[in-house]
Amino acid sequence: MRPLTLRRLVLQCSLLMAILFVVMVIALKFGAVPVSLYALGRDLLHVLIGQSSQISSDYGLIVINIRLPRILLGIIVGASLSVAGTSFQALLRNPLADPYVLGVSSGAALGAILALIAEPHLALAPEYAALLTPLGAFLGAIGTIAVVYLLGVREGQIDSSTLLLGGVITSSFLAAIIMFLMNTLSGNLRGFTYWVMGDLSTAPQKGVYWILVVGFFVAAGAIYTLASDLNLLLSGEKEAMHLGVDVPRVRLVVYVAASLLTGLAVSVSGAIGYIGLIVPHLMRFLFGSDHRVLIPTAALGGAIAVVFADTLARTVLAPNEIAVGAVTAVVGAPLFVYLLRRRLR
Amino acid sequence: MSTTPTTARSPVEMARAAGDTRLSVEQVSYAHSANPSQAPLFTLEATSFQAKPGEIVAILGPNASGKSTLLKLISGALAPLSGRILLDGFATNVLTPRTRAQRIAVVQQESPLLFPARAWQFVLQGRHAYGRSLRFESADDLQIAKNALAQVGAKELTDRWMEQLSGGEKQRVILARALAQQPLLLLLDEPTLHLDIAAQIGLLDVLRRLAAENRYTVVVVTHELNLAAEYADQVVLLQRGRCLRVGPPAGIYQRDLLEQVFQTPLSVEFTSSGRPRVAILPGS
Repeated sequence: MRPLTLRRLVLQCSLLMAILFVVMVIALKFGAVPVSLYALGRDLLHVLIGQSSQISSDYGLIVINIRLPRILLGIIVGASLSVAGTSFQALLRNPLADPYVLGVSSGAALGAILALIAEPHLALAPEYAALLTPLGAFLGAIGTIAVVYLLGVREGQIDSSTLLLGGVITSSFLAAIIMFLMNTLSGNLRGFTYWVMGDLSTAPQKGVYWILVVGFFVAAGAIYTLASDLNLLLSGEKEAMHLGVDVPRVRLVVYVAASLLTGLAVSVSGAIGYIGLIVPHLMRFLFGSDHRVLIPTAALGGAIAVVFADTLARTVLAPNEIAVGAVTAVVGAPLFVYLLRRRLR
Repeated sequence: MSTTPTTARSPVEMARAAGDTRLSVEQVSYAHSANPSQAPLFTLEATSFQAKPGEIVAILGPNASGKSTLLKLISGALAPLSGRILLDGFATNVLTPRTRAQRIAVVQQESPLLFPARAWQFVLQGRHAYGRSLRFESADDLQIAKNALAQVGAKELTDRWMEQLSGGEKQRVILARALAQQPLLLLLDEPTLHLDIAAQIGLLDVLRRLAAENRYTVVVVTHELNLAAEYADQVVLLQRGRCLRVGPPAGIYQRDLLEQVFQTPLSVEFTSSGRPRVAILPGS
């Protein structure tokens, strides 16, 4: 017996935080314009002590005003998508569940677009207007998961293949609607690729970061308090019920929270795919499938994965950029096939 | 939701009022229909029996006789259409999932595990109902899990992966998880299915010993006539949703009755221990 201890959990998380730090430094240093580590350290120090005016190097402003916000965005988006994927996998008892594969991300994208279209007509105060897009994305996400769930249920049981097919079909249907909206309306809507492939290049306003951070901690925190319940749900809903899990309540809380995480992430970065698939599986492989470990490590791992993928997206074809979702899909799609084949065996 | 007046009384008071009875199934019926406007697809007619601590009750009958439905009603997973099921004076279907899990453990055909787990992790799941949701297992929990594995003779399986266990070993670990719940009532749905004869006998021996030592009340659903005859103190005989007889095996194992219920020619003998023994008579 080797039960989980707080010490081991903290150790594992610290390791991942160290990796995240290294990846952040790499992401700050590399780009279309390379910056020396010395200049980078000096400029960051100036920001930390509140003397932004002292930033000396020509490229300091690029690093602080463009790369750093983008990296912070990557961290929160990656953590959100990864925790959402982990939750959907436990709830649906399907190792292939991921917000992107299930079409939830496309639903969130459509919700966000509709909110952007509606916003000018609503005459909201600016502080509420900032909330409208995430709210629309959240409603889009939760509506889509409800539809996909219903598509996947046969005779009261979730059929995992039907569920995945339902997700794929829903996703392509929603992408078609998004395409249609893009072509009929213009204005402040970002492009089709942004919404369907995901992109971190446009940093939102400062206030939006706070919405993302608070939303993440509320939703991921709610899921984390149910970590043991999720462990039991993996043994099946009947079994979990007999072991003392209030299954309907856990299901409701986790569906809402995971949809919120997906909605928040998609509202600022579009539908970045496969993070919720790749990262939880890697973390399970490294640290086991206990959700008390899996949820925090998946959050950190998701942050690392997105920041790293985005650095590749910025640098591989520099000065041109590719969508970060293209990088994650190149890794994620083969993994999906591998997991699918293994499951069918 | 209709609450029976008895739920207001304290369990101790109820236990006293009920004498030595722990489980009391009183005129319980159930109807299952695909949708409310249609005639029910399946009904369970009024069924009653009582069980004491340490007793093993076998629910016996052919397929589709309502065995598993009755077990689900007792577990509180289903609410009866009429009648009530009391465990130490409390209706089982109105308990919260947590309280229920502290009193009733269910061993059923397991869904396959999604991700690998070791036997000890699996057994620790039985402690879920005793802790707050986000916390680390206490030394007590670990000790209880260890004891549970030892009680079912599965100590050496502690660190093995669940998916690598044989059917019989797995069933023991599942039983250990149920014991880790420290229940009053142990419910088992076809626990010997897919087990070879040695594993079947081994499991039921463990069950009999546990019932005697720990005073569990045990209810087992089975269609194994001879195992029920050998191990059960009481048999509840069901056929197509009707409860035909309740009582000790010796009184229920009558040739005509069993032939009629199981729709096949049989012969019944009694062993020197006074337990009935059923033999099949193929082709006659």
